[in-house]
Amino acid sequence: MTTTTPALPATVAGEAVPRRAFDVRPLVLVVAVALVAWPVVGSSSTWLTLTIAGLAMGMIVFIAASGLTLVFGLMDVLNFGHSLFIALGAFLATTIFAAMGGAASAPSVAANLGVVAVAVLAAMALAGTIGLGFERVIVRPVYGQHLKQILVTIGGAIIGEELIKVIWGPAQIPLPPPEALRGSILIGEASVEKLRLVAVVIGLVVLASLLWTLNRTKIGLLIRAGVQDREMVESLGYRIRRLFVGVFAAGSALAGLGGCLWGMNQQIVIPQIGGQVNVLLFIVIIIGGLGSTVGCLFGALLVGLVTNYVGFVAPKLAMFSSIGLMVAILLWRPQGLYPVVNR
Amino acid sequence: MLARLVSHDLPKSRWLALALVLVVVALALTPFVFPGTKALNVAAKVIVFIVLAASFDLLLGYTGIVSFAHTMFFGIGAYGVAIAATRIGATWPALALGAACALAVSLVLSLVIGLFSLRVRAIFFAMITLAVASAFATLASQLSDFTGGEDGLTFKVPEALQPGTEYAAEPFLGASIDGRLATYYLIFVVAVVLVLALLRIVNSPFGRVLQAIRENDFRAEAIGYRTVVYRTLASVASALFATVAGILLALWLRYNGPDTTLSFEIMLDVLLIVVIGGMGTIYGAVVGSVLLVLAQNYLQDLMKIAATAVQNVPFVSQVVSPDRWLLWLGILFVLSVYYFPTGVVGRLRALR
Repeated sequence: MTTTTPALPATVAGEAVPRRAFDVRPLVLVVAVALVAWPVVGSSSTWLTLTIAGLAMGMIVFIAASGLTLVFGLMDVLNFGHSLFIALGAFLATTIFAAMGGAASAPSVAANLGVVAVAVLAAMALAGTIGLGFERVIVRPVYGQHLKQILVTIGGAIIGEELIKVIWGPAQIPLPPPEALRGSILIGEASVEKLRLVAVVIGLVVLASLLWTLNRTKIGLLIRAGVQDREMVESLGYRIRRLFVGVFAAGSALAGLGGCLWGMNQQIVIPQIGGQVNVLLFIVIIIGGLGSTVGCLFGALLVGLVTNYVGFVAPKLAMFSSIGLMVAILLWRPQGLYPVVNR
Repeated sequence: MLARLVSHDLPKSRWLALALVLVVVALALTPFVFPGTKALNVAAKVIVFIVLAASFDLLLGYTGIVSFAHTMFFGIGAYGVAIAATRIGATWPALALGAACALAVSLVLSLVIGLFSLRVRAIFFAMITLAVASAFATLASQLSDFTGGEDGLTFKVPEALQPGTEYAAEPFLGASIDGRLATYYLIFVVAVVLVLALLRIVNSPFGRVLQAIRENDFRAEAIGYRTVVYRTLASVASALFATVAGILLALWLRYNGPDTTLSFEIMLDVLLIVVIGGMGTIYGAVVGSVLLVLAQNYLQDLMKIAATAVQNVPFVSQVVSPDRWLLWLGILFVLSVYYFPTGVVGRLRALR
């Protein structure tokens, strides 16, 4: 979030605050990756399907990762327990889908979307609440000690995963999408899964509200300022700790939402889901530049697109595609796409 | 003499010294004192984990960087021996070739990862090793022609180490003198040498620089030490030791699969051993490995009994079931990071 400062209020004298130009090269890169993949994939309809799937995956990963990168940017806390909230969101979705089985199997689109909405909101509420507790018990005692932070958050993630197994059982739970959201619709000749469209729409809504909060509100201004220079914000009299707790809870809630969507996308939920996604999240926030929200978005989109293209063209290489991407990006920009200053 | 052997890094606590002597004597005499296959298997596992955890301590405790790829190198060692033994045959040259290849692969891989991620920020290392390790685990289970996939590889060891090879007609003190026993003592001797070598490394000038980097990397850099070089060297050394530990495990089990060496659970075990035993003391790895492996093998039986006792209580029976063993380890882990950051060894030393 360091390079975008649109619409800062003009100063008293009426002069506009100088704005740093938005670095468009990462955006160009995302588009270029999609365009290069077109001839490689071959058929246009397959390409469209893959692109939408990639964007949907990118959106979901972005939602889940945004909290992680902000928490790191604000307080230098690297939370290895972030995956816990993803798993929590996914498992709560299974419970809610089972509890509202009637509405989920009804052929009405409204009822189906209602179930999804309830699942999403519940996942966010639960993950946010647990996130508050997690911050208080696990993260707060070890502020400023990187090594202990990594160890303790890993410990928290282990405990959380085991408790999830206690509550939901160690077996995998199917999470079939509601009746009306199954199958796919045809755009031209490309078939696009309806669920993916829902994910893209939810992703866009979250993205818009996140960007709005960060760029147009006082709290967002403080968060961005805190990421750049924590001590300065504190010396101006703002309690960055309190802000941080809020960001941590919101980030956890977003992770819960991401987990809920990821579970629906995969249509199956296993207790190890958090660990699997966690690896992706780390790759994404490293690509984006630790602490940068916009970088996180482009990183997520790149990872989503590349994973889907490579998964189609050379399935054996799919698991290395994101790591290869990360290596390439870091060779280009060692601090990530959008380096956060002062770090 | 003894002080030179442990590189003048004495236990500095009567109780710790006693515990260490007890561990070494018990491990040396296990085949004769504790009869049965289970005891021998547990002892062999303890030995391998001591090497694995001590090499991880070089990284975590002495250099202050967290790696999640340690089991990857452990797995490379085990797969090196396993693949060589299945492809070429159960001969010593084949095993040596497999071990050499594994060491070479580990060397290159750890060097690349270290130079690549430690150059930017030390904290990258934790994330990047996590990503690489998970990709490697997937790779190992996917290349099933080569690695046996999820089933793993069962292989034969050279004749001198096979259980069928009898060296003495009569059992001695209740233990038959066979290839199994020879394997056990081979592992034991190699492990002792490796742990002493690690003690030598951490107490050398090089080890002191690592500790300086752990305490204050900025300052170490300012004094004139290239922290990137030292950190990378530490991670390479620790990877090579882990590879040898993997070779030892494969020799003992005569089997290797993704779950035995590559799984994230083993990574967690190693983390727990080092943290609970005491970071930054090679002895912590010894004490921690003994505690964890013993608990894993014998405490779980107790949990099983407890779980059957409270079978009818819905939530509690789930929590104390042996499958939820990691839950308790996780809680212990978090508590020990908070309250006993110096681990068992630190506590014992504080006692004096």
